[in-house]
Amino acid sequence: MQRSSRTFRLLIIAALPLALSVTAGTPNGDTGNAIPATEKTTLHVLNRLGYGPRPGDIDMVTKMGVARYIQLQLHPENIALPGSLTSRLASLDTEEASTGDLLREFNAARKDAKLEKKDKDGKSDAADEAQLKARQVLGRIAENTAEARLARAIESPRQLEEVMVDFWFNHFNVYANKGLDRALVSSYERDAIRPNIFGNFRTLLGATARHPAMLYYLDNWMSTVAGYQPRRGKRGRVDTTKQPSGLNENYARELMELHTLGVDGGYTQRDVTELARMLTGWTFNQRDLMRHDTRFTFNEDAHDRGRKVWLGREVTERGQREGEMALDVLALHPATAHHLAYQLAQYFVNDNPPEALVNRLAARYLETKGEIRPVVEMLLTSPEFMDESNYGSKFKTPYQYVLSAARASAIPVTNIRPLLGTLTQLGMPLYGSVTPDGYKNTEAAWLNPDALTRRINFATALSSGRLPLDTSKFDAGQGMGRKQLEKQADTNKRTNVAALDVEPILKTLGSSISPETVALIRTNPERLRAAMVLGSPDFMRH
Amino acid sequence: MLRRQFLQTLALSSGMLLPLSRNAFAMRASDAGPAQKKLVVVMLRGAVDGLNVVAPVGDGNYARLRPGIHLNRPGADNGAINLDGYFGLHPALADLQPLWNDRKLAFIHASGSPDNTRSHFDAQDYMETATPGRKSTQDGWMNRLLGALPGDQYPTRSLAIGPVMPRILTGAATSTTLASGAAGTRATLLDNPAVGSAFDKMYEGKAGYAKQYQEAKTAHKDIMSASMDKSAGMDKIEMNASNGAPLPNGFPGDAARLATLMKNDPKIQMAFIALGGWDTHVNQGAGTGKLANLLTPLGQGLAVLCKQLDTLFDECTVIVMSEFGRTARENGTGGTDHGHGNVMWVMGGQVNGGKVHGRWSGIDNSGLYEGRDLAVTTDFRTVLASVAERHLGLSDAQLAGVFPAMPKADGKLALFRA
Repeated sequence: MQRSSRTFRLLIIAALPLALSVTAGTPNGDTGNAIPATEKTTLHVLNRLGYGPRPGDIDMVTKMGVARYIQLQLHPENIALPGSLTSRLASLDTEEASTGDLLREFNAARKDAKLEKKDKDGKSDAADEAQLKARQVLGRIAENTAEARLARAIESPRQLEEVMVDFWFNHFNVYANKGLDRALVSSYERDAIRPNIFGNFRTLLGATARHPAMLYYLDNWMSTVAGYQPRRGKRGRVDTTKQPSGLNENYARELMELHTLGVDGGYTQRDVTELARMLTGWTFNQRDLMRHDTRFTFNEDAHDRGRKVWLGREVTERGQREGEMALDVLALHPATAHHLAYQLAQYFVNDNPPEALVNRLAARYLETKGEIRPVVEMLLTSPEFMDESNYGSKFKTPYQYVLSAARASAIPVTNIRPLLGTLTQLGMPLYGSVTPDGYKNTEAAWLNPDALTRRINFATALSSGRLPLDTSKFDAGQGMGRKQLEKQADTNKRTNVAALDVEPILKTLGSSISPETVALIRTNPERLRAAMVLGSPDFMRH
Repeated sequence: MLRRQFLQTLALSSGMLLPLSRNAFAMRASDAGPAQKKLVVVMLRGAVDGLNVVAPVGDGNYARLRPGIHLNRPGADNGAINLDGYFGLHPALADLQPLWNDRKLAFIHASGSPDNTRSHFDAQDYMETATPGRKSTQDGWMNRLLGALPGDQYPTRSLAIGPVMPRILTGAATSTTLASGAAGTRATLLDNPAVGSAFDKMYEGKAGYAKQYQEAKTAHKDIMSASMDKSAGMDKIEMNASNGAPLPNGFPGDAARLATLMKNDPKIQMAFIALGGWDTHVNQGAGTGKLANLLTPLGQGLAVLCKQLDTLFDECTVIVMSEFGRTARENGTGGTDHGHGNVMWVMGGQVNGGKVHGRWSGIDNSGLYEGRDLAVTTDFRTVLASVAERHLGLSDAQLAGVFPAMPKADGKLALFRA
């Protein structure tokens, strides 16, 4: 995207009348009127459509009205981003760099480090230097990727967009520390996930299926017809060093189990194998990716042309179209509709989502042919979502907890590492779910004794200025490894960050902190009060 | 009897399996004294390739099915460690050889779940709830076991190492999580008296949190005091275990810490730790390579744990398990896909070790499950129940509560010395 058009849009958007989006596309046109105009309702939407209130948010939503706020959030393109955020994002090179450029830089650094190590047995200055440089390159890519995500989640007024990016990334999880995915994960989020969060599910599914980050993570890039040997060199000679080649079921299984039908979606082991065969040849070529930014390649030679029977249907030999057909079928399968509806309702409404709501959402999904926005709209304007019994019914995930603390405290975060380290300590490292099922968002998954006291510890450290959030030149080192990140989240260090004042935080959070809790907090010394707000039982939920 | 059945049905329908045992609170922990038996469960999430952990190197089919990734025969370069002339142990697990030789380590091959799911997540849940095929079970079998054992409930009685409470320890009985690495035994800001008392007041009586908060405080205090014992200090242990060279982070360090805590705090009876990364679909290697690199610290850690437990090892059983095995055949990418039967490991002072238990139906085409995987001949619950019965002394009735609806084993598994 060019800078000029972005600026232009920012200018016109601020003036856009919101009424337009309120009337557009609401299936039950009157739901907006039924929403009670209480501060509790305001807080509910700030909590669930985003990562909790920042200073001034309660007033903003109260003035606008909850119904309008929901509609606005469903159309993030109509919300201007603050200049401070756009310029911060612009300073991160992973934001604009092509997928191929990132991979090239990553591979070059790794190759240098390897070569030097090989030549000098890793003991020379040159080898040390190359190793250091490789670590710096990898660390910078990882940090920029994480910084873009956290800066948006904390500062962007398009809160629902950030929630949906996290939701869909998690749904189509890739693990950032698996080989090439270190370089590819930022492009995955930017190019496959972010543009499709409110679009058609089939488009989102296809974008993930063809992105090198997913092809690499779930091994489909290597899956071929049995006995396939790649051609090498200019004359198309077959390489004589025999590589293992043949079928790998990893992606095909998770595609049905996690991405679409769900584990009880009615498929068999045979269907897994047959789908894997249909997807043979779906790959990417590193050289083409680095040179021409070609993110996906269908390798006809690697494709299994044999007869296949999948989900009870005969599949005729059609090359790449076989896999595309499979995605078509999976995207609009009733089991997929139910699976996605359940996950959305569980995320937004309740750990045990009401069945009637799930069924309505699934029906809406099928009726709109897999359009995501109308389904999310129906969800957020549903009586179940607005039912007061669901206010504060979700226990925050570590990600939601840390972000909501950063937002409520309005503490400037120029160094994101202490936050990343805290997420790691709490068991939810960013881009760090090793397995393809991503992270759960239920209380059962996250509430345990130690987790509770670790959150309190983080709240105390944040509030008493013990986290070095203001500088990236902290003496714990600048690495992005697990250990280094956790060091930056070490709460036993002193930094120059000022302690937080409790009153603005209480104002920001309004009635999310109960009068009894506020009264108790006020009986304590001033220096402990902000910590007690962010570490309170009230703030653990949303 | 009728009442018990009724209650059991009730418990089943509500998703909670309550062990209907003699009163769990009847005995005080101190009464159990030094004879208190310990249990450590290590779960390898992601399905470890059991056919390359305890490999049928004596079977001609083995190398044929796995041309690129099979272990070499004992004696060959990077060859397997001979176990019984037919099976060989992965060479990366050489640290466990002394335990095998001392007959303190046993394997149960071709063990696993009667449910045929090849979903990691379902299969792990089934293994942790011990109710394969039944998704509504909320509590884990270690938690039910905890409830069935005599003695007081106590936060540190069972520890889960890691940031989240695993399904296996979830349930009515109390247990606690302990951070992996040194962070688990380090002071926190809550140890500051002013901070601590402020939050104590805030969490006192808070519905949904008070119990968790209090348990965390108690556990932290106990863990801190148990880890303080410098006569068996962590640093010293970690150095010894690796002949002076610092061990890599991760399991060996956690295992050493766990051994120290168990020795210093007799209240700790059970521990659970999960290790990931076993989903080797691609280039898993053979005697060396990806799987070997995962097995090495696992073997080191288990050896450290057993050694550092010292005399307590006599009172301890360690189980290593994984949700399912992997395909008997190597796949097209130098790895293995999701399979069925696997190998379980059991070690301990009273274990009938030096032996590969279980019924082996072979890996020729006719013996393979669905033509591709190792068939399951021993239900994983049979192994767990055997440990619960023989090592922890559960009665039949108690066993039925911890492992409900378990089919009767068709053969006797002699996992413990008579």
